[in-house]
Amino acid sequence: MATFFQQLVNGLTLGSIYALVALGYTMVYGIMELINFAHGDMVMVGALVTLSLTHVLAGLGVPLALALPLSLLGAMAVCMALGWLIERVAYRPLRRAPRLAPLITAIGLSMVIEQVAALLWGRGYLTFSLPVSRVWNLGGVVVTPIQTGVLGLSLLLMWGLLWLVRKTSLGRAMRATAQNPEVARLMGVDTDQVISMTFVLGSALAAVAGLMVVAYYGIGNYTMGFMLGLKAFTAAVLGGIGSLAGAMWGGLLLGVVEALGAGYIGDVTGGLFGSNYKDVFAFLVLIGVLIFHPQGLLGGRAGEKV
Amino acid sequence: MDEYPLLVAERIGKHFGGLRALQGVSLSLGEKTITGLIGPNGAGKTTFFNVLTGIYKPDEGTVHFAGAPLPSGKPHRVAERGIARTFQNIRLFSQMTVLENVMVGRHLRTRAGLLGALFKTAGTLREEQAIRDRAFQLLEFVGIAAHATRVAATLSYGDQRRLEIARALATDPRLLALDEPAAGMNAMERKRLGGLLEQIRNMGTAVLLIEHDVRWVMGLCDRITVLDHGERIAEGTPREVQTDLRVIEAYLGTSRSVTA
Amino acid sequence: MKGVSCRWLVLGGAALILLPFALELLLGNGWVRIVDFALLYVLLALGLNIVVGYAGLLDLGYVAFFAVGAYVYALLNSPQWGLHWPIWIALPAGALLAACFGVLLGAPTLKLRGDYLAIVTLGFGEIIRIFLNNLDSPINITNGPQGIELIDSLHFGSLSLGQMHHVLGLRIPAVVNVYYLFLVVVVLGMVFSHRLERSRIGRAWAAIREDEVAAASMGLNTRNLKLLAFAMGASFGGLSGGLFAGFQGFVSPESFTLQESVMILCMVVLGGMGHIAGVVLGAMLLAILPEALRAAGDWEQMVFGRIWVDPSNLRLLLFGMALVLMMLRRPGGLWPSNARRNELQGQ
Ligand SMILES: Nc1ncnc2c1ncn2[C@@H]1O[C@H](COP(=O)(O)OP(=O)(O)OP(=O)(O)O)[C@@H](O)[C@H]1O
Ligand SMILES: [Mg+2]
Repeated sequence: MATFFQQLVNGLTLGSIYALVALGYTMVYGIMELINFAHGDMVMVGALVTLSLTHVLAGLGVPLALALPLSLLGAMAVCMALGWLIERVAYRPLRRAPRLAPLITAIGLSMVIEQVAALLWGRGYLTFSLPVSRVWNLGGVVVTPIQTGVLGLSLLLMWGLLWLVRKTSLGRAMRATAQNPEVARLMGVDTDQVISMTFVLGSALAAVAGLMVVAYYGIGNYTMGFMLGLKAFTAAVLGGIGSLAGAMWGGLLLGVVEALGAGYIGDVTGGLFGSNYKDVFAFLVLIGVLIFHPQGLLGGRAGEKV
Repeated sequence: MDEYPLLVAERIGKHFGGLRALQGVSLSLGEKTITGLIGPNGAGKTTFFNVLTGIYKPDEGTVHFAGAPLPSGKPHRVAERGIARTFQNIRLFSQMTVLENVMVGRHLRTRAGLLGALFKTAGTLREEQAIRDRAFQLLEFVGIAAHATRVAATLSYGDQRRLEIARALATDPRLLALDEPAAGMNAMERKRLGGLLEQIRNMGTAVLLIEHDVRWVMGLCDRITVLDHGERIAEGTPREVQTDLRVIEAYLGTSRSVTA
Repeated sequence: MKGVSCRWLVLGGAALILLPFALELLLGNGWVRIVDFALLYVLLALGLNIVVGYAGLLDLGYVAFFAVGAYVYALLNSPQWGLHWPIWIALPAGALLAACFGVLLGAPTLKLRGDYLAIVTLGFGEIIRIFLNNLDSPINITNGPQGIELIDSLHFGSLSLGQMHHVLGLRIPAVVNVYYLFLVVVVLGMVFSHRLERSRIGRAWAAIREDEVAAASMGLNTRNLKLLAFAMGASFGGLSGGLFAGFQGFVSPESFTLQESVMILCMVVLGGMGHIAGVVLGAMLLAILPEALRAAGDWEQMVFGRIWVDPSNLRLLLFGMALVLMMLRRPGGLWPSNARRNELQGQ
C-alpha cells in the first residue's frame, strides 16, 4: 500500500508539471486551433535559462533564496519574448494557409530552438541541485520539499490563470476570440493582440514548468522538452483540448496513471514488461482517448461548420 | 410516378448546444420534380441539407430515400445511394483542374483499383477514358467545357457554381440538392440556370434547391417548403405558399418589426 | 513518346549507369556508398510523399515503417533466429508487415483531424523504438539496444551483392552492385508513384487533400482511401528498411529516431510536396548535404583550429530554418509541381 501512495504522490507532482505545460497547448489550440509543437521546447528553454542564471548569480554570491526567484523571472522573460516572437514570425503569416503549413513551421521551429540550445548549452546533461535534503516521511511515504513546492506553485498558478481568464477583460477577450474570431473582431476585440498574449502567457507557464522539471529531476538537457511536450499534449487531449480545467485534470490524471503504471507494470504482467515501458503509457492513453472519446474529459467543441 | 415519393424526411430535429436549428421538419418529394426550400437567413435550410447528406447526424427523425432508410452521418454512403449536393459557400477542389473536379465525381461509379493503376491494365485505361469522356460531356452540358483545363479556383463565381453542379451530376444522382446555386448571378444567368435545372428534371433527376430569390423559385419549382426558425411553416405549390399568411409574416417580419 | 524526351531518357540512363564508376574514380568508394544510402532516402521520401504530398496526411513517425522493414529482413536473414531466407520473401514480407502496421495505426486515427494524426504518428514512432530497445527480454527478439548483427548481405540465390564481381574484366565492388539494385528499385518507385498520382485513386487522394467534406459528399470513402495511402506509403518505407538492413549488415534502434522521421519529412517538404521530381531532388540534396557539411567541419578545424559549430548540429539547425522559411516564402518547395505552381501564382 505504501508503494501505491508513494507512486500517487510522485504522480501528482509529475502531473502538475504536465498540467502547466498542457495549459499552454490548450490555450493556443482553443484560440486558433493550432498545435504549437514548439511549446515543449519552451519548457526546455525556461529550464536551461533558470539553471544558468542560478549558477551565475550563485557565483556572484547571491543567496539561493533570492537567486532562484530572480532566475525564474529572467527565464520567464526570455520565454515570453520567444513565444511572442514565434507567433509573430512563424504563425501569424500562416493563419489563412492550408492546415499542414503551420504544423510544418512548428516542427521546424522546434528543431531550430533545440539546436540553438545545443549550441549554447552543449549536448551533455547539466546538473542542478537545490540544497534541500530534508524529507518528510509519512508512514512510509516519502515527500520532499521540492515535491510540495512543485504542487503548491502549480496549483497557485492554475488558480491564477483561471481567475485571469474568467474575471479580467483580457480573459473575456480571449474567450470571445476562441468562440468566434470574426465576431470578436467586429465587437472591437484586437484579436491579434489576444493571440499574442495567449502565446506569452503559455510561455510564462512553460518557463515555470521548466524550473520545476530541473528542480525535480536535477538535470537538464536540450532535448528534454520533446517527451515532456508530447505528454503534456496528451494531457491536454485527455482533458479535452481547448478546456483549461480539462488540461489541469488531464495533466494530473496522466501523471498518476504513468506513475502507477511504472510502479505496477512489472507485477501486473508477471515481469514480462518492466518500467522501461513507462513512456508507452502516455501514448496508449492518447490513442485510447482519441479513438473512444476524442472530445476528452471536459471538452466539447461543435464540428466543422459547412 | 408521383405516387411513391423519392425522398421522405420525417420530423427532423437538430440542435447546436442551446440553439434549435431544426425542429420536427418533414419534407417529401417525388421523382421528376423541382422542389424549393426557402426561408429567411438562419432558418435552418443549410442545416437540413447537411442532415440529409450525412454531414450532420440528426438528433431526431428519419430520412427514407427510394424506399429505404438513409444512413446518417455517412456522406459517402448517401452519395452512393444517389443524393448529390452543392455547397452554399462553394467547395470545389480548388487547385485541381475543372475537368479533374468532375472526374472525381465519377469515382463512385467506377472501379479501377490499386493494381490496375500500378500496372496500367487495359481495363483501367479504358475506364479512365470513359471517366474523362463523361466528365467532358457534363462540362458541355452545364456550358463550361471551354474552361476544362483551367484550375478551378480561377473560374468566375457563376462558372464555379456550374462546375459544382457538373461535379454533382457526375455521381449519377437521383436527387440533386443545390444550396443557393443562383447566389451572385444576374437575371440572365438565373434564367439560363433555371433552364438547366428544368432539363435535369426532365432527364429524370429530382432537384431540391435552396434559394432566396422568391420570385425566381416560384416560377421554377413544382412544390415549395418554407422554413423559419428551424420549423416548417408552410408547404405546397408556389401559388399556395405565396398566399400563406405565416410565410408573408416570416418574410416581411411583421410581428418582429412591431416589437423592435 | 516524343523524340526529344526519348533522347534525354537514353542520355540520363547512360549517365546513371556510369555514375558509380565516375564517383569511384574521382572521389573514391566512400562516395558510392553515400549515394547508395541517398537512394534509400529517395525511396523513403517517395513513400512519405504518397502520405503527405498526395493524401495530405502529416505522418511524423514514418521511420517506424522503415524500422519494421529493417528488422523483418534482419530477423529472417541473420544468426539471431538462424534463418536465411531469400530476399524475394524477406523484402516483401517487410513491406507487407509495414503496410499492416500502417493500417493498424491508421484505422482508428484517420477519422481524426490532421493535426491529431501528426501527434499520434509521432507517438507511434517512439513506441516502436521503445519496443525495439526493450524486446530483448523476456524472450530475445530484437536483441535490445545492441541490435542485430551479421545480417546476410543482399543476395539473389548464390549471387551475393555483398562481394566484388568481375564482369568482362571490369571490377564491380559491392557498393556498385548495390547501387544498381537500389537504382532499379527507386526507378520502379518513381514509376509507381507517378502512375498512382495520375490514377482514379490518386485523384481521389488529391480531392481529399483539397476538401475532405466535399470529397466525402461526392461519394469518396475518405477513411478507406486514407488508409490505402497510409499502407502504400508504409510499404515503401518497409521495402527501404529491408534494403537498408541487407546493405548495412546490422540494425539497431538508434537508426530509427524521430530525427530520421523529421529528416524524411524535410526532404519531401523542401523538395516539393506531391511532386516526384522535387521529392527526389530534396532527398538527394538532404542525404548528401551532411557529407558536405562534414567537409565544412574539417575546414573549420583547419581555419580556426577548433570546431565552433558541430556539423550535425548545424545540419539540423539549417533544416529547421529551411522548413520554416520554405513554409513562409515558398510553400511549394524547391521544385513544385505544376498544380502547386498555379496555386502560388493564383494568389
Ligand atoms: N455547425 C454549427 N454549429 C453551430 N451552429 C450552427 C452550425 N451550423 C448552423 N448553425 C446555426 O444554425 C442556424 C441555422 O443555420 P443554417 O445555416 O441552416 O441557416 P440557413 O437557413 O441556411 O441560412 P442562410 O440563408 O443564411 O444560409 C443558424 O443560427 C446557424 O448559426
Ligand atoms: Mg444556408
